[in-house]
Amino acid sequence: MPAPDPSPGSPALSGSAIIAAIKASGIEYVLSVPDITTSSGLLAPIAQDKGFRLIRVCKEDECIGIASGLSYCDKRALILIQHTGFLDSINAIRGIAVEYKQPICMMVGLLQHEPEREPRASSRYGVRIMEPILDDMGIAHHLISAEADVAKIQPAIEKAYRESGPVTLLIGRSPA
Amino acid sequence: MMKRDECFRVLARHISDEAVVATYSSAVDWVAVAPRVLNYTSIGAMGLDSSHGLGLALGRPDRRVVVLQGDGSLLMNLGSLVTIAAVAPKNLVHLVAQNQTYEANGGHPIPAPNVDFAGLARAAGYAAVYDFSDLGVFEQQVAHVLEQDGPVFATLHVEPSKPLTYDYPSLYDPAKRKAFKAAWQQ
Repeated sequence: MPAPDPSPGSPALSGSAIIAAIKASGIEYVLSVPDITTSSGLLAPIAQDKGFRLIRVCKEDECIGIASGLSYCDKRALILIQHTGFLDSINAIRGIAVEYKQPICMMVGLLQHEPEREPRASSRYGVRIMEPILDDMGIAHHLISAEADVAKIQPAIEKAYRESGPVTLLIGRSPA
Repeated sequence: MMKRDECFRVLARHISDEAVVATYSSAVDWVAVAPRVLNYTSIGAMGLDSSHGLGLALGRPDRRVVVLQGDGSLLMNLGSLVTIAAVAPKNLVHLVAQNQTYEANGGHPIPAPNVDFAGLARAAGYAAVYDFSDLGVFEQQVAHVLEQDGPVFATLHVEPSKPLTYDYPSLYDPAKRKAFKAAWQQ
């Protein structure tokens, strides 16, 4: 069994680079329930960034409805949550993102994921089932776990809005 | 105690270019009373009506949004009261028809039939809160409810209605979503 990453907050993934990619994607609203994986590297700086409007919600499925409403106004939103919140919001994602084909963009922290492993091989059950669930739901997903992965963010969000469909960006290690 | 369809007939006389978000029994009654392109009835998951309404209100601060939610739906998304109050959109009016039942799912009672939704909204921090159980009073005050700065909340105490026909293919029609978007962006 591989040893756990000794530095989950490793600078192998830059929060500022991710935020720059989010901005370049035209995201105006960030809808969030805090997630410890992305707490200090993403949510904290986003909360201080006047280029975003941060909406703090009580429960993750609210984000799906809010993002849908915003999409009817041609406003772009990013949902920043933890994978447990994704799992809790499956019905909303099923109805709004998948069946209604709404551009719902989710950035999901993989809580307690071991960054050196593929999520499907995680020792954490909740992490291990994420990609299979996304595959079964037909939701595009990308793992963001190293600096080179950041380049996936803008094209993924642009595609979601261009084609009106959901996308999930799985954050596999804490951005620094 | 009022009848929901009568309340909505009164409400409809005051609605012009607002988006009206409605689901389940409220949607059935509303579209019968006021079939219009700016009705938003594709919610996708029970309880999220208020969250869709918040998104619409944020995205078009120059337009007003009216949410017609059922009591069972709001119970599934009670946290949205806190979120909406914190965001404080001035253009959002949140009306909840309290008939004390899950009407679309067999008429079973909600867990606490007399829950004080207006009290919950007041405690959450809505800018204005009302509680209506008399149609005459509602008729007298509805214009003010719709016009004042929000977020505004009102409970409408209504009777369970006669069995309704739920035409979900029509309520969730993708063509209606597309038409709504086009109209809402004008």
